[in-house]
Amino acid sequence: MLSLPPVEVSNLQLLWFCLIAVLWIGYFVLEGFDYGVGILLPVIGKTEAERRAMVTTLGPVWDGNEVWLLTAGGATFAAFPQWYATLFSGFYLPLLLILVALILRGVAFEYRSKHSSAKWRRNWDIAIVVGSFLPALLWGVAFANIVRGVTFAMTPIAGIPGQPSIPGESPIYGGTFFDLLNPYALVGGVTTLLLFVTHGAIFLSLKTNGTIRERAHALVPKVGITAAVFAVVFLVWSQLAYSGGKLWTWVPVLLAAVCWLVGLGMDRMKRDGWAFVFSAVTLGLAVIALFGMLFPFVMPNIDRAMPGLTIPGASSTPYTLTVMTWVALIMTPIVLCYQAWTYWVFRKRLSADMIPDPEVGSLDHVGVGS
Amino acid sequence: MGNLDLARWQFGITTVYHFLFVPITIGLSFLVAGMQTAWVRTDNPKWLQATKFFGKLFLINFAMGVVTGIVQEFQFGMNWSDYSRFVGDIFGAPLAIEALLTFFLESTFLGLWIFGWDRLPKKLHLATIWAAAIGTAMSAYMILAANAFMQHPVGYVYNPATKRAELVDFFAMLFQNTAIIAWVHTVSSAFLVAGALVCGISAWLLMKGRAREMASSTVTMGAIVAIVAGVFVGISGDADAKIMVVQQPMKMAAAEALYETAAPAPFSLFTIGTLDGSQPLLSVDIPGALSFLACGNFTCEVQGINNLQAQYEQTYGPGWYTPNIPITYWGFRLMIGLGMIAVLFGMWALWATRRERVPTNKWFLRSAIVMPFLPLLGMSAGWIFTEMGRQPWIVFGLMKTADGVSPGVGVAEVITSLVVFALLYGALAVVEFGLLLRTIKQGPPEEVPTDPYERSDDQDQPLTFAY
Repeated sequence: MLSLPPVEVSNLQLLWFCLIAVLWIGYFVLEGFDYGVGILLPVIGKTEAERRAMVTTLGPVWDGNEVWLLTAGGATFAAFPQWYATLFSGFYLPLLLILVALILRGVAFEYRSKHSSAKWRRNWDIAIVVGSFLPALLWGVAFANIVRGVTFAMTPIAGIPGQPSIPGESPIYGGTFFDLLNPYALVGGVTTLLLFVTHGAIFLSLKTNGTIRERAHALVPKVGITAAVFAVVFLVWSQLAYSGGKLWTWVPVLLAAVCWLVGLGMDRMKRDGWAFVFSAVTLGLAVIALFGMLFPFVMPNIDRAMPGLTIPGASSTPYTLTVMTWVALIMTPIVLCYQAWTYWVFRKRLSADMIPDPEVGSLDHVGVGS
Repeated sequence: MGNLDLARWQFGITTVYHFLFVPITIGLSFLVAGMQTAWVRTDNPKWLQATKFFGKLFLINFAMGVVTGIVQEFQFGMNWSDYSRFVGDIFGAPLAIEALLTFFLESTFLGLWIFGWDRLPKKLHLATIWAAAIGTAMSAYMILAANAFMQHPVGYVYNPATKRAELVDFFAMLFQNTAIIAWVHTVSSAFLVAGALVCGISAWLLMKGRAREMASSTVTMGAIVAIVAGVFVGISGDADAKIMVVQQPMKMAAAEALYETAAPAPFSLFTIGTLDGSQPLLSVDIPGALSFLACGNFTCEVQGINNLQAQYEQTYGPGWYTPNIPITYWGFRLMIGLGMIAVLFGMWALWATRRERVPTNKWFLRSAIVMPFLPLLGMSAGWIFTEMGRQPWIVFGLMKTADGVSPGVGVAEVITSLVVFALLYGALAVVEFGLLLRTIKQGPPEEVPTDPYERSDDQDQPLTFAY
């Protein structure tokens, strides 16, 4: 089911292509700052109290943020099963690394402060840093490879028992793990890494007071400018080499650059809320640009003259897409409301001196527990 | 071992691990919500103590459930890509709904519960743990509906042009009786596990002279939950067996090691020696009982393995349609036996702690320590039974497991992920267990603030809880 454009993309299929882009935008905007804060844990958090405060800013929200990834994966499975199948089996080792990172990071948040032992805490902090660094890098690598295109191999589809068996062909990833580590993809990976670190620093500027906020503030321009350089290189490279000659995708690329610089400027002026908004919008525009360049493929062939996996080629039936659309229409506004409410409930700025008994692990309390 | 067997081992290992943590999450979330409700209504500090204590245990366990669950979402695509492309229309939908409807609910509201003691009014804060608990139960439904399609595919047509199964009736798929009964069975089992856990831990505390007032209430609560849950487990299990006889007769026959069709059919309690009857050393049967389980009367016919094997060769072509009999047979028995022991312990606990008594029997203490594990292992046995009993099918009657594995993922890659997950999960399980033990030994807080909701908008007020 590989084909070459022009292909007919139905309205439902286009809608779901866009919805999956929205889910990835939500994921990068939200978990992006989780990654940034995690990576900055040893950089900005010099004392136990500071590190605990940083982790506590993520405390109420990290799990809900991560669900955006599960929803993006699940939605891809339901709406574009062939994309889910080819992509997840093809990018096996990078995904394995991401999974290990997410597992270690998730447990580390919860377990880190249970004991007082410095060794215990340092080990879990390493888990948080590595567990944030790897996905921040690898998501960029993965998306870059999707946009760049891959080589395909075709495998036969087994006959269904009781049905006549006709040799069919299913596309699978035909390259190697090292093919995924090409220069373009690595630039993409460093781009997302730096964007998320900056985004995390901006989040800390918004959510904290005291020494954490000062250090985060000082860091934003340094990382932010470097991120801007990589992002411009990456997005312009994408546009020139992999957009299939589309012109409209220049718009989100250029807007992203502008928004990023405005965001850095807002942070400079200590307008933390606006800095975060512009940083988030930049991430959104970058995803829109990439998905726009990708259209009408979900996984193009690296040789654009050869057939690739297109939206209709990967899609499930109109019936399933309709059912999913109803579910999404009903549920998404509700989810957005209560997730937004969470951020409102926990709007208070944290500082290191608000952490009670930072050196004492919660399991090492005797008598009065929390 | 080829990549099919490796992929199966990996799926089995990761899923069994995931499902060690999940029943505790589901059951304990409701029990903690119940404890907090009791506190809000009675203002008795022992219930706040219970909420905080069991809440801590709940959260230590919840983290592992979440992270092992992320792998599940990805694993279908990673290791079972041919299966994913084949059933994505039908299987992918409940998974996507699970994330959108239930994962957001439980994660968001749990975050509010953990950190919101001093941020939310009392009743609203109580609502957050209930919302999280309900989220876990709904999540169980969605994944069980997806699994039910694998056991008994409905609501679909096979499209020979695309070589895929396509959804034609969403509600028929989502609400088939296989799914509903599986959900009742699984969730009540989770309550059995959680009840046994609360009962066992409370009994230990009571006998060590810790938190006496709290423990004597929670030991009763745990015991009653376990017993009532056990009743529902039994009823739903019976209903499940009756469905299974019709929908997957080979699984029922394998569960029984019933080689020849029999009417009436005996229920085998246990067998030592070869299961096919050729060299039994000891075999205890209850005549007619299998007929009763299968159809409700003592005489009806239950199909045997050999007859079904021949029948399936007729229908589906030559091949091996018999699952692994020893695993299916023993899995079924362990599931039932271990579950029943937990219910019996609940009854013992009620008796031993009647009228505010503190038990002194050493065996009771030892049982209390061991007890929480048994129904949990029973649930693992049940899942191994039902999934292994469906083999060689990945979707019964429609797609074989061998045809679902990712053709593009080589042996080296699967060995890598299998070893990594097995080691990582093993290490983390040990860590979690250690933390749970330490938390239990630390015991409930002696002094509990009577108003944890005391709030101040003073910027520098220390947090009541921080990570």
